[in-house]
Amino acid sequence: MGLSKDQIAQRISKELKDGYYVNLGIGIPTLVVNYIPAGINVVFQSENGLLGMGPFPEEGKEDADLINAGKQTITTLPGSAIFDSAMSFGMIRAGKVHLTVLGAMEVADNGDIANWKIPNKMVKGMGGAMDLVAAAKNIIVAMQHTNPKGESKLLAKCSLPLTGIKCVTKVVTDLGVFEITPEGFRCIEHAPDVTIDEIKAKTAGRLVIADDVKPVAI
Amino acid sequence: MSINKVVANADEAIKDIPDGATLMLGGFGLCGLPENCITALVKKGTTNLTCISNNAGVDDFGIGLMLHKRQLKKMIASYVGENAEFERQLLSGELEVDLIPQGTLATRCLIAGYGIPFVPVLAGVGTEVAEGKETVTRNGKEYLIEDAFDADFAIVKAWKGDTMGNLIYKDTARNFNPLMAMAGKITIAEVEELVQPGELDPNMIHTPGIYVHRIFEGKDYEKRIEQRTVRK
Repeated sequence: MGLSKDQIAQRISKELKDGYYVNLGIGIPTLVVNYIPAGINVVFQSENGLLGMGPFPEEGKEDADLINAGKQTITTLPGSAIFDSAMSFGMIRAGKVHLTVLGAMEVADNGDIANWKIPNKMVKGMGGAMDLVAAAKNIIVAMQHTNPKGESKLLAKCSLPLTGIKCVTKVVTDLGVFEITPEGFRCIEHAPDVTIDEIKAKTAGRLVIADDVKPVAI
Repeated sequence: MSINKVVANADEAIKDIPDGATLMLGGFGLCGLPENCITALVKKGTTNLTCISNNAGVDDFGIGLMLHKRQLKKMIASYVGENAEFERQLLSGELEVDLIPQGTLATRCLIAGYGIPFVPVLAGVGTEVAEGKETVTRNGKEYLIEDAFDADFAIVKAWKGDTMGNLIYKDTARNFNPLMAMAGKITIAEVEELVQPGELDPNMIHTPGIYVHRIFEGKDYEKRIEQRTVRK
């Protein structure tokens, strides 16, 4: 029993800083909006052309013209801004977005990420992920530590087609929190009921355990 | 006195699009789709098309309708998502597919409309997207050279437009529409409300009419929602 998806999102929310503009990918990352720490003001960017993404609409107020990048109906907030897709990726490319959180199929211990395709089997497309990982300075991956077969998703080298190279800064999984360092994955926190031995057993890439490793505070 | 770009309807607007043409279609997911023109293209049965659009709709809506009728030779998009028929045709090789990063897709439209032939981008460096692409290095960083799109027709959807082709979009239905509007050799705009020149505030125009060749007021918009989500 590691962290739930909500607990992964809750842990990632601790990375938010006041004044941040943040892009959240589809899946676990979208849950981060539910855990914004008190006193922290952040603006969420949706790459289909919105800054200041608000909560889901009330029943009956859904508007087909107002969606997020996950195609969910949403709302705007006081101070929101709408723009086209080129400007959206312009602000991403120019480094204006402070934090990007996205899901992944695999992450390598040098920061490579794969999340858009399983050859001959499944193709979801890269969407905006390649642009985000190429440009963003702070990229946190939120994902399960292992795949449905129980195999590690934290690898020495990605086996799937890459989305970006040497770009991930941190990985938060159901088992713990890992920084990407020149020595590989550096485990700085572990899920409260998960042992370091379990993390070692389920991590295929290079792994170092921080001296001051501690339980994830949730 | 004003230049009048109004055509009667979608059938009229798309009637000279030949088999084998390259089309841009605005929209993100099912949001901001030129529904009337897609319906007209399905009805007319134009084939062998190359479509440039962020997504290919869903199985039974948007470009998905054209996929089902095998009207497409090639799809250039960034996201397949949950469109099972698109994924099936892609994996089986029935459909030629060029998947490209979303920002690159947007920028290749943008530069076409700005008269810039190519642009260096970081997205895709070190991935299979980079295969066969020319690169350039500046300050120690490698970039891929991406060309402006060359589309015979761009078909976009706007909220309001005037008879001179000036367009205003609503909310996130803007997305790729203004970029594609700038990029087509011939641009067709369908709007929810067609008004006379002077009725739109010049300060609020998103697409100046110079980029638009044909405009009509669409009808019966379904505006389907892909993921209906509400507050709990």
